[in-house]
Amino acid sequence: MSILNKNIKELADGLASKEFSSAELTQFYLDRIEKYDDEVKAYNYVNENAINQAKAIDEKRSKGEDLPQFAGIPVALKDLLITKDMPTTCSSKFLEGFKPPYVGTAVSLLEESGFINLGKLSMDEFAMGSSNENAAFKQTRNPWDTEKVPGGSSGGSAAAVAAGLAPFTLGSDTGGSIRQPASLCGVVGMKPTYGRVSRFGLVAFASSLDQIGPLAKSAYDSAALLSVIGKHDAKDSTSANVEQKDYTKDLTGYVKGIKIGVPKEYFADGLSPDVKTAVDNAVKKYADLGCKLIDISLPHTDYALATYYILATAEASSNLGRYDGIRYGRRAEADNLRDLYFNSRTEGFGDEVKRRIMLGTYVLSAGYYDAYYIKAQKVRTLIKQDFVEAYKKVDAIICPTSPTTAFKAGAKTEDPIQMYLSDVYTLSLNLFGGCGLSVPCGFDSDGMPIGVQLMGNYFDEGLILNLAHAFEQATDFSRIPEKLKI
Amino acid sequence: MPVLSESEDNNVSETISINDVKHIATLARLKFDDTAAEKIKDDLNSILGYVDKLNELNTDDVEPTSHTLDICTVTRADEVKPSLSNEDALSNAPSSGNAHFKVPKVIE
Repeated sequence: MSILNKNIKELADGLASKEFSSAELTQFYLDRIEKYDDEVKAYNYVNENAINQAKAIDEKRSKGEDLPQFAGIPVALKDLLITKDMPTTCSSKFLEGFKPPYVGTAVSLLEESGFINLGKLSMDEFAMGSSNENAAFKQTRNPWDTEKVPGGSSGGSAAAVAAGLAPFTLGSDTGGSIRQPASLCGVVGMKPTYGRVSRFGLVAFASSLDQIGPLAKSAYDSAALLSVIGKHDAKDSTSANVEQKDYTKDLTGYVKGIKIGVPKEYFADGLSPDVKTAVDNAVKKYADLGCKLIDISLPHTDYALATYYILATAEASSNLGRYDGIRYGRRAEADNLRDLYFNSRTEGFGDEVKRRIMLGTYVLSAGYYDAYYIKAQKVRTLIKQDFVEAYKKVDAIICPTSPTTAFKAGAKTEDPIQMYLSDVYTLSLNLFGGCGLSVPCGFDSDGMPIGVQLMGNYFDEGLILNLAHAFEQATDFSRIPEKLKI
Repeated sequence: MPVLSESEDNNVSETISINDVKHIATLARLKFDDTAAEKIKDDLNSILGYVDKLNELNTDDVEPTSHTLDICTVTRADEVKPSLSNEDALSNAPSSGNAHFKVPKVIE
């Protein structure tokens, strides 16, 4: 069996039984990055120490030392996860060359479990975008068709998994930024419940919505990664004080009797016919597997996009106030402090980031705060109540992840609202705060992947991962594009 | 899912004027030249025209949600713990000296 097809357990077993070394495994991925990343453009930075770190683990293993569970297995990280001894840029010119002096909690937990960091993955600048076209350095392309976008903002994280340039990756999801690119690239991507994974060391976009999560080839790998990073952390006051657990134990594949809600609002106008067909087939598959499909309504769905774009930009305008050109990041030439702020920010930020800072500043400004910001917070309550009511009747909710498959680069860059609509099915979940994932469920007429979304209640990751696992067992939609197979 | 007309066909009312753009840009510490300011004005008006749909909903008796989970205020004991060294904290500073961040002169 090729290394490409192995899941995390098979990789751990292969290392333990010395079927292959960590250096060989790491080199396998470095070679693929060398061979394919000029085309895919997933990596902002490749960790030059990865191979030495792998060799160090091999040496410890050969001496019979005790090693952590996943010692010597490569992983790659979205470039807004704070790492030491290498750049963290958020794909922004503002942070070009920024080498943080500390490590974020999720990354630190991966390191403690023995993972080798292959490098940092491209993204939309500061996680603002749905196509990776807002990246300042590398505009990642979709491995299935490099004329097309991988989705975003975790486009590099999704494309790297799809192209076999890393076995799995971490991304972040504020309004769909893990699930939407996972759908467009044909991989599994999960947004855990808000508070499940510490945000310490996750560069902030919208703090009440942001969450770190895994992207992988399977529900099993996603479950294993979440088991590592899903831990309470005193360094994040919004980290939920719930027990760390092993989600792979939830993957029984037995889903009989589970009640799945089908929200009518997610199957209305604007959904591409190919996506609708594939998602309808997924719904049927769950019925075949013994789940109970129940028609439900999430009546405020139509207001989620407007609510999201007020709240997320408001929070972003506040969070991005820290980029002042003084303590780190870009500093422009200026004779006085005021010009230093203006020039550094104007030179450092890209157009979409500026647009969102402007919108967020406006909705928070005197005279408009109540009309926009408080209004949106109130509608957020209504959207949240929709989910609370739904989960009294069902265990999980099924719907499309994104209204379309991957689109051509440049197709939506001129119209912000058309671009924002790529996330129309994912952002309600962030407003509610529950967990959700996208799992591959088919291909469109051009052969581009389609994802189906499963949304779960607070801290119900085990249930939706098991649903995804059962679906994978019954179908065959997870694969590497033919042209990228060695 | 909302169905939108093409943006150029949108007869969007001018919620935001060019003077508003200049005012917001000052608050946000950003500069736009005239062409970029016009573009931002149009974009913001288009987006605000869209989000106006929230006013279809009566929310008089609805409490705002700022945070989704019921987490109590987190406190901890006031204990001294290790933090970044001065050297580490300054390691990314564009300009520093004498263990401080350096900025252009603020007071004449």
